[in-house]
Amino acid sequence: MDPVTHPAGAAGPLVEADGLMVHFPILGGILQRRRGSVRAVDGVSLSIQRGETVGLVGESGCGKSTLGRAMIKLREPTGGSARFDGRDLARLSARELRRLRRRMQIIFQDPYGSLDPRMSVGDIVAEPIQTHRLASGRAKHERVRELLRLVGLDPVFAARYPHEFSGGQRQRIGVARALAVEPEFIVCDEPISALDVSIQGQVLNLLIDLRRELGLTYLFIAHDLAVVRHVSDRVGVMYLGRLVEIGASRRVYALPAHPDTRALLSAVPVADPAVERRRRRVILAGDVPSPANPPPGCRFHTRCWLYERLGRPENCRTVEPELRPVGADQRAACHYAEAALTSDVGVVRPADAAPRDAH
Amino acid sequence: MTTQVPAPAVVDVLAARPVVTPRRDALRRLRRNRLAVVGAIVVVVLLAMAVLGPALAPWHYRVQDLEALRANGNRPLPPLSPDHLLGTDQLGRDLFSRLLDGAQISVTVAVVVQVVVLLIGVPVGAAAGWFGGRTDNLLMRFTDVVYAFPDLLFIILLGVAFRETAIGEAMNGLLLIFLAIGLTGWVTMARLVRGQVLSLKESEFVEAARAIGVSDFRIVVRHILPNAIGPVIVAVTLGIPSAILAEATLSFIGIGVQSPRASWGSLIDDGTRWMQSEPHLVVFPALALAIALMSFTFLGDGLRDALDPKLRGRQ
Repeated sequence: MDPVTHPAGAAGPLVEADGLMVHFPILGGILQRRRGSVRAVDGVSLSIQRGETVGLVGESGCGKSTLGRAMIKLREPTGGSARFDGRDLARLSARELRRLRRRMQIIFQDPYGSLDPRMSVGDIVAEPIQTHRLASGRAKHERVRELLRLVGLDPVFAARYPHEFSGGQRQRIGVARALAVEPEFIVCDEPISALDVSIQGQVLNLLIDLRRELGLTYLFIAHDLAVVRHVSDRVGVMYLGRLVEIGASRRVYALPAHPDTRALLSAVPVADPAVERRRRRVILAGDVPSPANPPPGCRFHTRCWLYERLGRPENCRTVEPELRPVGADQRAACHYAEAALTSDVGVVRPADAAPRDAH
Repeated sequence: MTTQVPAPAVVDVLAARPVVTPRRDALRRLRRNRLAVVGAIVVVVLLAMAVLGPALAPWHYRVQDLEALRANGNRPLPPLSPDHLLGTDQLGRDLFSRLLDGAQISVTVAVVVQVVVLLIGVPVGAAAGWFGGRTDNLLMRFTDVVYAFPDLLFIILLGVAFRETAIGEAMNGLLLIFLAIGLTGWVTMARLVRGQVLSLKESEFVEAARAIGVSDFRIVVRHILPNAIGPVIVAVTLGIPSAILAEATLSFIGIGVQSPRASWGSLIDDGTRWMQSEPHLVVFPALALAIALMSFTFLGDGLRDALDPKLRGRQ
């Protein structure tokens, strides 16, 4: 059997990032010299087990999309490594990598930009099949029809062009294209953010159903925490190119250990006016600092509410915190994670929710 | 919840509609632009005239109607003379037939020049845009040099250098002139294609193709070039009038088409000598030139609007 296209069957994680870095050069001057770099992803380690869904959240520009792309080598990492099924993607030849792409796919955020406007839907979905020579002739057409049915589209529309479809339908086409190669791992890069609220649920449920039916592994990138909670086994939170917290979804949502996670959660409205009135919210001041020049020490300290509460401790400014275990299946990169854990910010404490704890 | 959840209402509406390909959509919008339709009709007539010219022409372009000339006191015949719809020149050659020959030359210019422009401009622009970095720098600096070099000087130099060769002698020396015009004209095409490729290269559907494992060459051929074709078609259409004008200019100053063949430029040149007494010798070729230039421009403008992706599906 072909070692590239077939699983090794090893017990290790399916996808693994180890100290992954993606820096984009900033060029300037007439000679286009390198003046610095945007550290979109700056040393992230993350592993995803087979069949697992890891959610990735964070503010715009925190590097979550870049990380997702680097993990399937759509972006060239500038440091660290990305492994798929135990194989270092950087060491594969261009040919081997192209063949490995059968096993890892991506679904994009923008259902308008991600489909070639000059190709019919049938051609779009058939392209992966042709590229990897999975079927041809009648079998190929049958497979395209089957895929369209699988994502809930009428196969009759194979002859039509993307501009004739709605956003939700286009996203289904994108999903069909990703599934055409029968991948094991799919990076879902904000797959529902660009859709109408009324359609978001449909596409989300489609992705969840497919995961079950096809045994898929997802890296699910989003900025909507409620959505991520709904689909993920584990959740990672990114800030300015770093992973600041990661853990089992239930843990992270109930007891966030990083001030940034708490700030993000506090921005999610609770659908209960009584609780909503009682819980504490923090609005992060200012903008995300430039990823070209991240603050020293903890990158979050310039906007951290805990830092202010604790009287601006020095080590936040000077020592960059590493991800460390703060509970069962939960790690956070904060010197004062214990203080964050017991804070009342962002989550509903049992005391607040007590009257309505019935559910 | 099952996965089989097409939105039924939308599906029914779609099913009832004919398939709208991007091309069909563009054609529909082109048809609504009156000026462009007129331009297209004139262009088609011009093409027909060029192809059927010799068959349509009442006279051969080099035949002198000496009898009629003598009868008119050795002066060019005026328009609406018997046998000569637009009159004759001072040598008794039928002006209408000569205009038809000029149409053939103009259309040949249009085709040859644009083929040269496409053959050089598209690969250079695509390579520069796709590979970027050093390749881009090298190719673009080279195009800058070509761009900065005076066109007319370049054409004359080429003409002199290759006059004695096979290319120089082909088609009475015309082929060389056409090639020379094309060799100065590909620069703008290269820049246009490079810009298109640069922006398309970053598009998500190209990223999707890469994620699928499609090879670079196939990405360029299947995804990038087809999406860049709209602006290229517009540039070709709008480039034709300037090529025709360049040929007319060269012929007017005497380094283009040589007698007895007739180009609109050389006809105007001949006519200027008789402008005072026989204005029709200048007016008709100038009119033909102006109509051809305007038609191509109208058609080009219409195509530009019709192929604009931002307007797709509207109106």
